[in-house]
Amino acid sequence: MGFESIISVRGLRNSFGEQVVHEHLDLEVRRGEILGVVGGSGTGKSVLMRSIIGLQVPDEGSVTVFGESTLDRNDQDVIAIRRRWGVLFQGGALFSTLTVAENVQVPLREFYRELDHALLDEIAAYKVVMTGLPADAGPKYPAELSGGMRKRAGLARALALDPELLFLDEPTAGLDPIGAAAFDELTLSLQQTMGLTVFLITHDLDTLYTICDRVAVMADQRVIAVGTIKELLALDHPWIQDYFNGPRGRAATASVESADARAAARAEPGTSN
Amino acid sequence: MGPQADFSQDNVGGAVTLRFTGSLSLSCLKDFPDRLRAFPGKVERLDLSDIQRIDTVGAWLIHRFALEHGAQIDGLKPDYAHLLEQVAKADQQVAIRPDAQSPLVRVLGEIGAATTVAFHTMYGLLAFFGGACVAFFNVLTHPRRFRLNATVQRFEVVGVSALGIIGLMSFLIGIVIAQQGSVQLRQFGAEIFTINLIGRLTLRELGVLMTAIMVAGRSGSAFAAQIGTMKLTEEIDAMRTIGVSPMEALVLPRVLAVVLMMPLLGFYSGLIGIFGGGLLCWVSLDIPPVTFIQRLREVVPITDLYVGLIKAPVFGAIIGLAGCFQGMQVESDAEQVGKRTTAAVVQAIFLVIVLDAFFAVFFTWVGWG
Repeated sequence: MGFESIISVRGLRNSFGEQVVHEHLDLEVRRGEILGVVGGSGTGKSVLMRSIIGLQVPDEGSVTVFGESTLDRNDQDVIAIRRRWGVLFQGGALFSTLTVAENVQVPLREFYRELDHALLDEIAAYKVVMTGLPADAGPKYPAELSGGMRKRAGLARALALDPELLFLDEPTAGLDPIGAAAFDELTLSLQQTMGLTVFLITHDLDTLYTICDRVAVMADQRVIAVGTIKELLALDHPWIQDYFNGPRGRAATASVESADARAAARAEPGTSN
Repeated sequence: MGPQADFSQDNVGGAVTLRFTGSLSLSCLKDFPDRLRAFPGKVERLDLSDIQRIDTVGAWLIHRFALEHGAQIDGLKPDYAHLLEQVAKADQQVAIRPDAQSPLVRVLGEIGAATTVAFHTMYGLLAFFGGACVAFFNVLTHPRRFRLNATVQRFEVVGVSALGIIGLMSFLIGIVIAQQGSVQLRQFGAEIFTINLIGRLTLRELGVLMTAIMVAGRSGSAFAAQIGTMKLTEEIDAMRTIGVSPMEALVLPRVLAVVLMMPLLGFYSGLIGIFGGGLLCWVSLDIPPVTFIQRLREVVPITDLYVGLIKAPVFGAIIGLAGCFQGMQVESDAEQVGKRTTAAVVQAIFLVIVLDAFFAVFFTWVGWG
């Protein structure tokens, strides 16, 4: 295909007691893309992410990130891989005893002890601003922030080490539409600026339409299809059809199409007013 | 990974140019930031055409250096130029920590804050006690609202599960009293008074007091943590919305359970303490159990038992109220649950000991000394 794959999951099986979450699950994530992962509640989207980042040890299967297996490795090797990715958890998962800026410094302090304090402070400062937080958010504690700001702060921490790969777990859940759209835009601009690959779990159809290059659909304990939304719509799977052609799916399609139409109209000066 | 970030100096027609090589990314920096910062003299051009990679940290270093020297940046690929532009846009003054105050102001501020917090807590605790009383009377007048199951379940957690640890503790305390007492009293040839010591001390003071401390540590802390966590997950708000009073559903069963369990546990603790003391008397002082019990009946007035049993429910109420009150004070974050749990235990034990002193004075005054 000519694409370099960054994450490669093969034959993954996960189970909790009797309940099998994944069975024969395969997935490829290509370098530089934003891959959206969708699926009904309880289909194991978060478990898949946890398996890839090593928080959940699968029963069977292989997980390769940056061409290296993450399973059955010694701690040193895994840490070397880990510092090349950043993770944003659903609630932000900020350390509550540290300020926002100190939260951003935690990974830097952990992995790059040679950096001096002045530079650490500068790095934390521009990361905070880059993720769209106001400058006065730096010395605040997580409890003083709103949900949207907490997510941005979590993103700033995820980006602290300038990762090549970013995991986002429902980044727009719980945000108002304006905040969600702003977060989408931020993700896209950071992805373009820093050349990130993004693994994005979401329920937000607008996010899927506006920023995802490809979408992976999870059902029946595996990834049933991967492709652009157009490709997925061409498939005849009932869940996919319900998902994208339900009332919300149609609304999102319509808004994206009308936005495209407006952009096309602007591009042709003769038809615009 | 990649080749280490580096730079070299070049003089083209008197203008100093720095030529950067390698990968200007976080993992390849090593001492690059320090060397760059220490670079002497004026620089006019930064040539970045030979770099392999640059990330935001590298871009930040270049941006800052260029700004300090008023230097011009050349040879950057369009992608990297965009990155540099974004980083430059994010160049704002951001504080890392809240502003530090002078030590004197801070100490004074902390003393003031601690004082107000202490008064607020006492006030709050009193109000909470009032609220609990109101809830109790509501339940008395509407007995159907009483949560029997919840209360009985607490009996088990507070009372039955504590039997083992309280028994062991009391047994050991009985032994210690007997052993230490006999050593001192032997100097006067008055070993037989060890029995007075064991009987009166365990029934009157130590049995109930140590039980109260143990229950505060076991159950008071649990109440604070449970209710605090429920507060964080908005369960308490949900209860209020549905119309269930948290006071009746959560606080009353817990407080009632401790109030009712404390006398039983205190009595049990006294018995086991006497048993432990009696065992030591038998083994090391050769006082046979029959003599021990006979002597006990002669020297320990029944009022000693009453004193212990009267104090126990009061201590229980304090432990239960302090635990639930502190749990209800939790707001916003997980750290608070820990702080409030500690506060619940400290407050309960402190109040129990203060009250115990008052009781001692009171009972002497009424002639039960």
